[in-house]
Amino acid sequence: MNLPDYLQPNFTNFSYIVASILFIFGLKMLSSADTARRGNFLSSMGMLLAVVATLLSAGMSYQWIVIGIAIGGGIGAIAARTVKMTGMPEMVAIFNGSGGVASLLVGLAEHFKGTDMEVAVALPTALAVLIGGVTFTGSLVAYGKLAEKITGKPILFTGQNWLNLLLLVAALGLAIAFAFQTGNTTVLLLVLVALALVLGVAVVIPIGGADMPVVIALLNSYSGLAACAAGFIIRNNVLIVAGALVGASGLILTSIMCKAMNRSLANVLFSGFGSAAASSGGAKVEGEARPVSAEDAYYILEAARSVLFVPGYGMAVAQAQHAAEELGQILERNGAEVNYAIHPVAGRMPGHMNVLLAEANVPYELLSEPEDVNPVMNTIDVAIVIGANDVVNPAARSDESSPIYGMPIINVDHAKTCIVLKRSLNPGFAGIQNALFFQPNTRMLFGDAKATLQAVISEFKD
Amino acid sequence: MVLLLFIFVLAIFLGFELISKVPSQLHTPLMSGSNAISGITIVGAIIAAGNMDSPIGTILGTVALVAATINVVGGYLVTDRMLGMFKRKEKSDR
Repeated sequence: MNLPDYLQPNFTNFSYIVASILFIFGLKMLSSADTARRGNFLSSMGMLLAVVATLLSAGMSYQWIVIGIAIGGGIGAIAARTVKMTGMPEMVAIFNGSGGVASLLVGLAEHFKGTDMEVAVALPTALAVLIGGVTFTGSLVAYGKLAEKITGKPILFTGQNWLNLLLLVAALGLAIAFAFQTGNTTVLLLVLVALALVLGVAVVIPIGGADMPVVIALLNSYSGLAACAAGFIIRNNVLIVAGALVGASGLILTSIMCKAMNRSLANVLFSGFGSAAASSGGAKVEGEARPVSAEDAYYILEAARSVLFVPGYGMAVAQAQHAAEELGQILERNGAEVNYAIHPVAGRMPGHMNVLLAEANVPYELLSEPEDVNPVMNTIDVAIVIGANDVVNPAARSDESSPIYGMPIINVDHAKTCIVLKRSLNPGFAGIQNALFFQPNTRMLFGDAKATLQAVISEFKD
Repeated sequence: MVLLLFIFVLAIFLGFELISKVPSQLHTPLMSGSNAISGITIVGAIIAAGNMDSPIGTILGTVALVAATINVVGGYLVTDRMLGMFKRKEKSDR
């Protein structure tokens, strides 16, 4: 770039302004299905512009930059191309973690440049390291829980919240000491790194697998704030703007999801939800389950004029979305009105079910939300529950002692008939027994959801 | 410094305004798309990796750059892949 020296900073900063505008429009356009893809493209162009402008600024030595971008870009591209749609939550958790660790390392690198820091630089350095570290290990634990590499159950012990509080206070103390550059700053910072990494693990292990969507949304917000802190270190507007946008959006998403479960964020983070539930929730279940065969299900569905599919995480596990779509098409040709009801927290991240059904080419006009289908539920002939459990548990309406009491659910128990596809009668991810399975108008179709759906489809074809 | 804080506060408010109206079906793409934006820390990583003043700083910066690039490239590509699957129904006779 042969710009005169006095123009160089102006060019860089101007590019950063344009990049920020592209991020803002990109996020705005992500809020509508028609413009979302273009929005994502705009935001990626903003990122490209910010990167190019940075590369063209003065005093850069390129050899390490090229190596870093080549390795990271290769890994990212391969991971993004090969991940299955069902594995998306885990993938986002990993990407989120890598953003966090990047901010942590930027903070460390700034310290090891060896120049004395003023408070205005040292404080954000400590914050980038702390928030970035928590985001990194927190995301890895969330990944482990989602991929079922570690137990999805909350890991609890006495004094846990106090220990976490102690860790947090110690980390903040170190951060302040570092901010004022007292004592051996390198030791302070490295201990802070260690504490941040431990804290990230400590705050996520007590949270049950069913709450991982909320955790990922919150960690997403943290990774934005970590980038923001990195922006304060190098006094860079585009990092601050983009980081703050992500910080705010992650918080909004977190609160939307907590509302969908009718719980406070504090309850999600500290209650160890899902461990006590297994013992207390099983008491009120009465009656017996009525298992049916694929052939019985065929006779019920063949006569149905309106059918509502209610998918849950079990559909993702069984990869049953294509079979569900095929059965939906068959039922439509058979003269039934087919719709899909999606609970906001079904699956393990918000909108998880929407993505899976979109992958199976279900038009999104057929997808509806609980508040739209519940009022007309008694007109539905058959509700087919595919691997969903807690989001259709009537205990949320009726049983005040249930841990999920008050959570808005899809009232499939009000449909004329309800067919539940499930592997067994075991309680779901949150560990709560479900009275729906034992109701007189419920039929249980046991087995792998994909295989079961295909069996029903072949009944239609015969 | 005060100016940077001012920008930060304004951007936070802007973020709240922008995101509050997203339909739930777009939450996953929004999460992964905004996650890609948080990879903006790549700018900090480039500056650190391109600075040859201290070897440790350069190494840390390069590792940061690898992580940030995974975040950015992977994040935008998966978001695009997801959004590519959201299609309006093409035939009205379905």
